[in-house]
Amino acid sequence: MRLQFLLSEIWTGLRRNLSIAVSVILVTTVSLYLLGLGLLFQREVDTLKGYWYDRIQVSIFLCGENSADANCAGKAVTDAQKADLKDQLEQMKPLVKNIYYESEQQAFDRFQDQFRNSPLAGNIRVGDIPPSYRVQLNDPTKYDVVVSAFEGAPGVGRVQDQQKTLDKLFTVMNGITIAALGLALIMIICAVLLMATTIRQAAFSRRRETGIMKLVGASNLTIRLPFVMEIVLATLVGSATAIGLLWATMHYLVAPYIAQAQPDVALVGESDVWVIAPLLGGVMLAVAILTSWATIRRYLRV
Amino acid sequence: MIRFENVSKVYPRSTRPALSEVSLDVERGEFVFVVGASGSGKSTLLRLVLKEENATQGTVLVAGQQVGRLPQRKVPRLRREIGTVFQDFRLLPNKTVYQNVAFALQVLGRSAHAIRQVVPETLEMVGLEGKEKRMPHELSGGEQQRVAIARAFVNKPPILLCDEPTGNLDPTTSLDIVRLLDRINRTGTTIVMATHDDDIVNQLRKRVVELKNGQVIRDENKGVYGSGG
Repeated sequence: MRLQFLLSEIWTGLRRNLSIAVSVILVTTVSLYLLGLGLLFQREVDTLKGYWYDRIQVSIFLCGENSADANCAGKAVTDAQKADLKDQLEQMKPLVKNIYYESEQQAFDRFQDQFRNSPLAGNIRVGDIPPSYRVQLNDPTKYDVVVSAFEGAPGVGRVQDQQKTLDKLFTVMNGITIAALGLALIMIICAVLLMATTIRQAAFSRRRETGIMKLVGASNLTIRLPFVMEIVLATLVGSATAIGLLWATMHYLVAPYIAQAQPDVALVGESDVWVIAPLLGGVMLAVAILTSWATIRRYLRV
Repeated sequence: MIRFENVSKVYPRSTRPALSEVSLDVERGEFVFVVGASGSGKSTLLRLVLKEENATQGTVLVAGQQVGRLPQRKVPRLRREIGTVFQDFRLLPNKTVYQNVAFALQVLGRSAHAIRQVVPETLEMVGLEGKEKRMPHELSGGEQQRVAIARAFVNKPPILLCDEPTGNLDPTTSLDIVRLLDRINRTGTTIVMATHDDDIVNQLRKRVVELKNGQVIRDENKGVYGSGG
């Protein structure tokens, strides 16, 4: 079949069925946009994990003079206990990457800086926050080794793992991801059904042409290809629109507002859209080709 | 060219066979009228040649191929050997005369160059020169049937099947159409024409195969329409 003839057949088909072609484009756009958002959220979770795992620490709070922890029994940590703990931590290398000591004064300063805009800052005195060892791990997932080693050790108030706090955040973000992907799935099902209906309708409205094609001995491919290509073309336009929308979301929403409001948090950006773009296009293309081919086999017997 | 060996066709949910034990041999270059009342099996016979239906029993041979055993993917190749003309013309209403004829070549992947050459030739042969740009609804019935014949013949198939091509036309126009088919026949094309137009059959004096209730009751050269009853 000549390319020019194929193109003119596709063009006539699309023009005659413009409204339904537009609806295929729109449904494709929405489903891919949602799918893209879901994937970007997942990438954001991964980025944040990488970002936080670099910084994540296990805080071993030592006993201060005012510590309420049961293990301290009202006594502050001694210098000998501090040295013991430090030795133990050093022995845990390479699991432990870095060890920082934060004195009561340093803890107070950090708190004052972090909550400088909050009335909390005025209510706290040096010594309210006990001194601590901040331990950075090489493999953040193995925090429980450190926790179990120091929980209840002499001079240790309690061991706090920041991972737990983060896990909550990640759970929320994973929930959003699942919701977006779920909606995307529903939209893709809509797209499949719409494509099938479109082809059924087109096959019916062009039964004269296809009848003549069969009669003069046109190959099955010649008869079927224009139908498939119309759907594929509409899908490609829809995919391009969805990718453009995702880029615009990143460029005009995430970058200027969220990224500026949270400059110290690593965020997904426009480059991530380009990473997931081939996947989005590929998924929709596969859906379009499979759906239209299956529908044609059913409704366009040759 | 076309050979039926004890061919029977029973449609599902039908009490009597549409064709029953039909044996028939059409030589290359022959012109055969298939006559008979409505429901006698004329159309079924043509549909079996095109493999639009498969025989329930017996063998159908077209250009040496067993049509019944032909795999579905080879059916288009079979149909390229056969031009088909119908009572209701089956033209595409939104294409011009020229485009209707060219369409048959375009879907077979012929080059634009070849199409530009062959289509005007064919239109001239069927007597439609100068009407290339007309739309089908601007033509008379006879002219529309000429377009349909041009479309069936533009690919120069060795066989032309005509299913009551004059059924919608007045007697004079009908005769013109059959004379055109006769001219095509003289180029070596085998023609099988199903009809119940007795005037035409009687005037042309070609081979006549008469069907009744799915059976061949008469097969004679230079026959007339009703002699066998």
